[in-house]
Amino acid sequence: MAKRPESFQRVAAPLRAMAQRFAFLFLLVAAGGVLLAGKADPKIFDRTRMVVTDTLAPVLDALSRPIATWAAIVDEVQYLTDLREQNTTLRAENTRLVQWHTVARNLAAENERLRGLLRFVPDQSSQFISARVIADSGGTFVRSMLVNAGQRDGVRKGLPVVIGEGLIGRVVDIGDRASRILLIDDLNSRIPVVVGPDRERAVLVGDNSRRPKLMYLAANAQVRQGARIMTSGQGGVFPPGIPVGVVAFIDANGVRAESFVTNSDLEYVRIIDYGLTGALDDDRRDGIAKEF
Amino acid sequence: MKGTVWQRLDFVARNLAPFLVSLCLVVASVIPLRLPHASFIVPALALMAVYYWGLHRNDLLPAPAIFFIGILQDILSGGSIGVNALIFLVAYGICVSQRRFFYGKAFLVVWWGFMVVAAAALIIEWAINVAITETIISPGPAYYKYLATIALYPVVAWLFARIQRTLPVVE
Repeated sequence: MAKRPESFQRVAAPLRAMAQRFAFLFLLVAAGGVLLAGKADPKIFDRTRMVVTDTLAPVLDALSRPIATWAAIVDEVQYLTDLREQNTTLRAENTRLVQWHTVARNLAAENERLRGLLRFVPDQSSQFISARVIADSGGTFVRSMLVNAGQRDGVRKGLPVVIGEGLIGRVVDIGDRASRILLIDDLNSRIPVVVGPDRERAVLVGDNSRRPKLMYLAANAQVRQGARIMTSGQGGVFPPGIPVGVVAFIDANGVRAESFVTNSDLEYVRIIDYGLTGALDDDRRDGIAKEF
Repeated sequence: MKGTVWQRLDFVARNLAPFLVSLCLVVASVIPLRLPHASFIVPALALMAVYYWGLHRNDLLPAPAIFFIGILQDILSGGSIGVNALIFLVAYGICVSQRRFFYGKAFLVVWWGFMVVAAAALIIEWAINVAITETIISPGPAYYKYLATIALYPVVAWLFARIQRTLPVVE
């Protein structure tokens, strides 16, 4: 009787080791399988992804708050140290802006008059949803973030996301209380834009670097460094005229843009609903596919 | 069984610590730090947990737990699902098979081991992402992530070592 546990041990130990090895190989294959399945149909895990994200959203929300407070304290200290210098700059800027203000008012009045003459149909009015950034993807291979607004707040797939200066991305996944935003410097981001005062058409292509590429510019396009880049509205995803960035530099490899994402400290973002149902509306696309 | 309910509960909680700490690191890695350019150099925190516990107490962090941690990391970071699960499992496999070599070695040796494993993990991650997106991704961000990861490892390992001291020992 006394020997029994020992002999049991002798048989069980290698068996257990084998089972563990088998489980390890099985999981390795499973991970590879999941990866391939996701590659074949990227929508397959959308639901799982959003259920998990939705569940964890309150946790992420709570955890991101102390960090935000800490960042605010750092900002405050920085602000106090630069106070004098900032004051001088702001005074100079203010004088310049007062002049611009007069110019803008004159232009607005003139624009109003001309619109009246032309019976111009104004753009549809838009609605804003403000949201807080609760998670950041880490950015090595994916440039995206989670915000604490979802379906229940009226967020839809494909809506453009802006900060004060301009466009930073669009909504790609929506959960009930959180949604994922694909930033414009992600590899999968393609945005039809116009560049500079001549409104040269191009596509802003993210490549995971800090400066997205401007591609498909016409061969004779005149693009200068510092030229403003705005959405063109082609494709119906983004409304025309949202600022996207400026041309950073032009070299033999092409034109690179400086976007508003990189140097910004993103805490709050605005999701704009222009009432457009663009190329990214999956339900509509599926509906069309069914009709044919 | 010996001990009261509370003692047993305490025992279970301590044994779960490596797994729970790993989960916390996954969540921590996606919290926005709000530092300029910080989002480009977020260290691979969960990889440190996989390496440390794979070497020191792989009985408390078995392969299914590693798989789960990887999937959670993929979901939260918004990347392709399965990438981190695969990388963590590979790293874990290396650690478990080499743990005899690292047993009782100086910290510098263990740190050097982490540099090798982290390099392998990030190269695989980069290669998988290149294959998935079918574009050549600039390896720059991955390189900075690597540097941040190996630089931060001693701090995280020190934290893990403190947790490990409180864990019940099995013979």
